[in-house]
Amino acid sequence: MSKDNPTLIESATFPRHVIAEIQRAAKTGIYDIRGFGAKRDIPTFDDLVFLGASTSRYPLEGYREKCTTEVVLGNRFAKNPIHLKTPITIAGMSFGSLSAQAKESLGRGATIAGTSTTTGDGGMTPEERGHSKTLVYQYLPSRYGMNPDDLRKADAIEIVLGQGAKPGGGGMLLGQKISPRVAQMRNLPEGIDQRSACRHPDWTGPDDLEIKIQELREITNWEKPIYVKVGATRVFYDVTLAVKAGADVVVVDGMQGGTAATQDVFIEHVGIPTLPAVRMAVEALQEMDMHRKVQLIVSGGIRSGADVAKALALGADAVSIGTAALIALGDQSPEFDDEYKAIGSAAGFWDDYQAGNDPAGITTQDPELAKRLDPILGGRRLANYINVLTLELQTLARACGKSHVHNLEPEDMVALTMEAAAMAGVPLAGTDWIPGKGGI
Amino acid sequence: MTEINLDKSSVRELNEKLQGGSAGDKFSINNTVGKHALSVGLTTDVDVEINGHVGYYCAGMNQKANIVINGNAGPGLAENMMSGEVRVTGNASQYAAATAHGGLLVIEGDSSSRCGISMKGVNIVVGGNIGHMSAFMAQSGCLVVCGDAGDALGDSIYEAKLYVRGKVKSLGTDCIEKEMRDEHKKELQQLLSQSKMSHGVEEFRRYGSARKLYNFDIDQVDDY
Repeated sequence: MSKDNPTLIESATFPRHVIAEIQRAAKTGIYDIRGFGAKRDIPTFDDLVFLGASTSRYPLEGYREKCTTEVVLGNRFAKNPIHLKTPITIAGMSFGSLSAQAKESLGRGATIAGTSTTTGDGGMTPEERGHSKTLVYQYLPSRYGMNPDDLRKADAIEIVLGQGAKPGGGGMLLGQKISPRVAQMRNLPEGIDQRSACRHPDWTGPDDLEIKIQELREITNWEKPIYVKVGATRVFYDVTLAVKAGADVVVVDGMQGGTAATQDVFIEHVGIPTLPAVRMAVEALQEMDMHRKVQLIVSGGIRSGADVAKALALGADAVSIGTAALIALGDQSPEFDDEYKAIGSAAGFWDDYQAGNDPAGITTQDPELAKRLDPILGGRRLANYINVLTLELQTLARACGKSHVHNLEPEDMVALTMEAAAMAGVPLAGTDWIPGKGGI
Repeated sequence: MTEINLDKSSVRELNEKLQGGSAGDKFSINNTVGKHALSVGLTTDVDVEINGHVGYYCAGMNQKANIVINGNAGPGLAENMMSGEVRVTGNASQYAAATAHGGLLVIEGDSSSRCGISMKGVNIVVGGNIGHMSAFMAQSGCLVVCGDAGDALGDSIYEAKLYVRGKVKSLGTDCIEKEMRDEHKKELQQLLSQSKMSHGVEEFRRYGSARKLYNFDIDQVDDY
């Protein structure tokens, strides 16, 4: 119903944004390609709440009694596991999709906060390695920029099988962002619309993956933790197979996870939310008696310390942030509102990361726009943000009486909706009922 | 010459020795029985002779080393090779030289499907035939085939050059036959000599990218 004319009724089947997409498709003949992550309304960690301590449990004093946050990742087979001060890591994002300054900012921020950052499609830049104390090197289907020297320089290796924004799909980097440096790193002609492969070129299944992991360990002297990253779909089976193949760490990325560029139809219609994905991953690890032996990193729509605490309470060892980290750097800032308007968007709505004309200078290869991000300031902002998330996480853990954030458990939470109760496997608030598991 | 017997040494011990080798060192590997990840991640110009069949990823990510396999090779031979030379006297399985950036891979026998997939600068010379979908998304470098090529050769190819002496069952999307100019004959002659193949360059035809898929074009929609 229109605000101005109550007799006008908007169709639920054909609301204005659906009509606009049909009109856009008819005009251009190409599907909508965009960045950011899923925008549809789905069950999230917001649908869970903690049961703070009271009579039956006692809480810990904030700021006085310790609630530690250190995490060790990759101590199953690797000689040199990763030690982090906080369980909040930075997800893989490529140089190409992001400017060199943005990658440097991520490295600086992660280093100040005592956590890791991650490369992306297109390889490792010297700036990124130089400013990142702990750097995870992504090993992707495209193998753009894949170099054994860089592999050996990394602190851990993440074999990417999928991404929450597009499980089953490969990356995209449109011509506007294939600058001479990006083209050289990827061994591609400048200005082409580059599509990354969706599956690895030299294996086809989990039995082959086990041999691939062996090869990577042999090349790196069994020093580096090997992560396996999957987009959340058949999570129980995918995690089981990754563990069987020899992963030290499994990364599960829910459908809210961001991307630099893919088809809108992929972002909104493939994969499952992060909320059930965590539970399914933990169940797989527990069934194999590998929970806490193979670490679980969860990503996809993590925004606050509450999200982190809830992911950890469901059994994750750590989380990764991507979109939120870019916002911390300055993405969506009202400072650039006039410029967002000039390109047909607004601060808080902008999702054309693929276009290369980012007013905030983050998702671009335009040297003039990229200059707008000061890597030192960007790094400081990111570190501040990670510190806030960590403090919020500790606040919630202390309220539940936990002296380490990993002591949070599903029993500390209830769900506000039946959907969230079923997905997360915790009772609906005020009941003992977990849909699908009995109870009253 | 250092001899390593895989009946007595583990794959880890083998790779540690080879990776620790100095320029000019020579190694002979025996009793391979199809083991995986042999002679991977080498970084110096050592000479390695492997006697027997090898499993997955032999010579993976090779840099500078000269590796000869007297036998057949499993999937992913010399994957992501950066430099050096790898030669297999028998046949190679799928994905030979996948994503390899440099160096020379010589397969004296046949190479199975997806030979040279996503190749990024390596040169590959195959004495026999190659399987389907070879040179898929091949970015740069040369693939020389002295026998026949299977279905969908060079599908979605970028700037790699393909030279085939025999028949091509079919070309993949955006792959076309191209004129064989003098610079191509010279390049091919050099690769044939280097890989010790005796065919004449005039027996080969050249294939490469039509470059119609480089940027999205609604009028090419049937090719997507």
